[in-house]
Amino acid sequence: MKPAPFAYAKARSVEDALRLLREHGEGARLLAGGQSLIATLNMRLSSPAILIDLNEIAALSGIALRDGDVVIGAMTRHAEVQQSDIVASHAPLVAAAMPHVGHAAIRNRGTIGGSIAFADPAAELPACLLALGGRVEIAGATGTRMVAADDYFRGLYETAVGADEVLTAIRLPAATPASRFGFLEFPRRHGDYAMAGLAATARADGASLKDVRLAYFGVGMTPVRARKAEAALAGGDVEAAVTALVSDLDPPDDIQASGAVKRHLAGVLLRRVTAQMDARIESAHDGGKA
Amino acid sequence: MKIVADTPSPLTALDRPNSYIGRAVPRPNLGRLTQGRAQFVSDVTLPRMAHVAYLRSPHAHARIVAIGKSKAEHAKGVIAVVTGADLAKVITPWVGVLSHLKGIKSAPQHAIAVERACWAGEAVCAVVARTRAEAEDACELIDVAYEELPAVTDPETALDPQTPVIHPELGDNLTFERTLDAGEVDKALASSDAVIETTFLFGRHTGVCNEPRAVVADWNAGEERLTVYHGTQAPHMMMNLFAKHLDLEEHQVRVVTRDVGGSFGIKVHTYADEMATVALSKLLRRPVKFVADRIESFVSDIHARDHRVHAKIGVKKDGTITAFVIDDLTGIGPYSVYPRTSGIEANQVVNLTGGPYACPNYRARARVVFQNKNVMCQYRAVGHPIATAVTEGLVDLAANAIAMDPLDIRRKNLYPDDAYPATAASGLRFEKLSHHASLEKIADMMDYKALRAEQERLRKRGIYRGIGFASFIEVTNPSAAFYGVGGARISSQDGATVRLDATGAVFIHSGVTEQGQGAEAVLAQCVASAFGVPIERVRVVTGDTDNVPYGGGTWASRAAGIGGEAAWQAGKALRQNVLAAAASILQAQADALDIVGGIVVDKGTTRERITLDEVARICYFRPDTLPPGFQAELMVTRHYVPRAWPFAFTNGIQASHLEVDTETGFITLLRHWCVEDCGTVINPQLVDEQIRGGIVQGLGAALFEHCLYDERGQMLNGNMADYLVPMAVEMPDMEVGHVVSPTADSELGAKGAGEAGTAGAPACVMNAINDALRPLGAKPLTEMPFTPGRVLAALGRV
Repeated sequence: MKPAPFAYAKARSVEDALRLLREHGEGARLLAGGQSLIATLNMRLSSPAILIDLNEIAALSGIALRDGDVVIGAMTRHAEVQQSDIVASHAPLVAAAMPHVGHAAIRNRGTIGGSIAFADPAAELPACLLALGGRVEIAGATGTRMVAADDYFRGLYETAVGADEVLTAIRLPAATPASRFGFLEFPRRHGDYAMAGLAATARADGASLKDVRLAYFGVGMTPVRARKAEAALAGGDVEAAVTALVSDLDPPDDIQASGAVKRHLAGVLLRRVTAQMDARIESAHDGGKA
Repeated sequence: MKIVADTPSPLTALDRPNSYIGRAVPRPNLGRLTQGRAQFVSDVTLPRMAHVAYLRSPHAHARIVAIGKSKAEHAKGVIAVVTGADLAKVITPWVGVLSHLKGIKSAPQHAIAVERACWAGEAVCAVVARTRAEAEDACELIDVAYEELPAVTDPETALDPQTPVIHPELGDNLTFERTLDAGEVDKALASSDAVIETTFLFGRHTGVCNEPRAVVADWNAGEERLTVYHGTQAPHMMMNLFAKHLDLEEHQVRVVTRDVGGSFGIKVHTYADEMATVALSKLLRRPVKFVADRIESFVSDIHARDHRVHAKIGVKKDGTITAFVIDDLTGIGPYSVYPRTSGIEANQVVNLTGGPYACPNYRARARVVFQNKNVMCQYRAVGHPIATAVTEGLVDLAANAIAMDPLDIRRKNLYPDDAYPATAASGLRFEKLSHHASLEKIADMMDYKALRAEQERLRKRGIYRGIGFASFIEVTNPSAAFYGVGGARISSQDGATVRLDATGAVFIHSGVTEQGQGAEAVLAQCVASAFGVPIERVRVVTGDTDNVPYGGGTWASRAAGIGGEAAWQAGKALRQNVLAAAASILQAQADALDIVGGIVVDKGTTRERITLDEVARICYFRPDTLPPGFQAELMVTRHYVPRAWPFAFTNGIQASHLEVDTETGFITLLRHWCVEDCGTVINPQLVDEQIRGGIVQGLGAALFEHCLYDERGQMLNGNMADYLVPMAVEMPDMEVGHVVSPTADSELGAKGAGEAGTAGAPACVMNAINDALRPLGAKPLTEMPFTPGRVLAALGRV
């Protein structure tokens, strides 16, 4: 469990990181919290020539409310996101997901940018980004660009971030009084990657849900939107939405569950997450009267 | 966590003044363990020490055509690149057989594979370098040409004529077979009102130790002596094996075992890579260190279980169990593990199935076959979880068939508490068990009737909870019947040497070892009580073959019952010697004196006569003042081995209360109970934690742990992310109760407690799941681990 030899460079700024990426090309990897990368290095599943360490770039950390977005710097640790009042108030889906991200030790070190850049299809935060319809801020040689979550996930561990680019921040639309969300996952043990999970958002319109976004994780090559189920749910028919999952999802078998089990659990998730969102409508109504 | 009640047991011969027996004394090694000052093998660093990494076969079965090592030899930091053929010049191969397992056979196993690799993970070449990292780098430069051979992976077809034979010289893939036929099984089944037949499957799993296997070997050519720092459970056994296979005399070998980060039976075997490390030290004439990493642990630490048992039970309408029948099949990898063999687990399944029940009709067959997977051998509670799950699963199915309460069928059939001594159908002999007292106690602890009523209420709301029981027996305190009679040089006796130091404190040197389980606390309690000093005045020395009496170490739940008794007897003997010295100083009669709280007193009083440090001072520094002819002997040794019974059987019962989410197949463990009878409880806190820890490992087997292999013999989940060990969040609260039936074989009366938890937990979880799902018409689940997918399949949802 010793990594193959690699060089190490500490980036002083995003520009510095971009320069190092250009200089070292394909053999370079960015080091954020290291919760996935270091394990693959130690198992010699990957052997980059150089690690470019982003941990000293202060500008990449922090959480702010800006132009109606919750902006979270890429190097912000999960623990900080979990404890953030801004996130709790304006991105409650992320706050609800955070206790399920690994364990406390992982959350102390792991970063939101690392998780989104690594894009594990079974991870919670990429699915939250997708469910919220957030955007990813990416810095490159020619400046900074924004990519919508729907365009960001390209394939297994593949994203819109180019080899010579750095993911710098996540922008999530701040919740409004009409925002509804639900989150649930089924891991074998708490803290594991889920056999199947669902992050969902919607807008309450009276007693019904509009603009439903269902982002499943652990059921495909990327976090997956269940678009037919979204439409059915917006039409108020939960069981039709569950049925629609058959064409929305085609989960492959993995070590913890068969595709058939994942597909079954996806339906259970949908019913339970919908119930969460409905309950929040009810409690919001109650709150309105109080 | 609950604070353990610090209640002394009723007055017995053990109740010396200020006795520590029966008290939750904190373990003396707590300070060093919690302050990071323990010394694990991983911490050992010696001058000129090199590190070894092993290149392991990626194939389950392959001929090694050629090994190109020149690139690796020239890599940075490399000291030597050594193949199996190179190493065979300094170490001989071994064969894991025992003469009392009739017909068991295996092939010679080399420290590093020679010519052929027989499982994915077997070492094929060693790199010794200045650092482990450099050794691993160089491993990548070794060029091995393999010719892949067909892999035998499925035990079910291992004996088919068309299946290749892994070791052609053995004739077939059968390692060992045992059959047993007691009573009149066919007649009993024919007279039954119901006969239930099913198949139980147990996943292959492993004991995941906090500290991986580790060894530092130091061959000192100057004094022709080998010192091995070794994380093992059996230092003397390893001393013998190192000497035997490296062409040394035993006195040329010293095995030092300081702190060990958990063992669970994993560290009581001969591992090829550890033997190779020791041989490399001899070959290279310098210290060599090997610490298994987590990935190689999964493919080289022994695995266990992996049994398929076809089973049958007959029952009459009145609840009488008429017969048990089992047919067990297990695949154990390509070699029977040395020196305890890989036949023991199946042998135990045959011995233990049906064991709690007074049913004379029992037929069993067990077959152990070779396969191209990692080796299997004895892990905590060897065979017990299999036998208990088969027995208790059958008993519950029988109860259901005749619509009887699961506790009532047990009340009807368990050996009555006044039936001892008794001999089971399998031939096991029981000195004194307490199945019924244990059962009534657990029913009371859990408030069984109230739980049943709650279960009924909740079912109406669609909540499915289950209650499951498992009565069990556990083999502890083995005599020579376990290994010695089979020709293995594994000591069943153990010794304790106690010595009064020059200030009145006491040292005990014991042959049993500390694996983190608290053996040192038990030894200190026994000596402090028997001799008569405060426990703070006892210093415990274990794990050094140069400095402790010859002994077996820690396995089969023997450390407290056997090592403790030796310590107790040694403490008593030292008291007699010290009192003789005190009597000669005081011009008194030795038998009118006693030692209490570190002071020599008039017997039966607390009247101080002389302090121990004064006795020691006179004996060591002014022996000239003692009467002529009197010689003080302030160091004594006593040994103990069980003689009256081959094993001290313990018994108990466990219960599980759980809830099944019938939509997801998830199981939530709500609560767990265990009542067990390990005889005299020396330290209630340590016993309860042994039970709890054992239960957790049993719950892991029931719900999570599984070494998954593909049909080509590749392990698919050999890492801590994919191999699911039980974690705290998923564990229930566990309540432990005791019934005390001391063994008369020792004065202490203590039996073992290390494996009872693991023995019973999987069975009662299985029964609780099936109890929960019964109203839904689910097919009883009998394949472990009980994953959500399997529960959903039983419910017909996937």
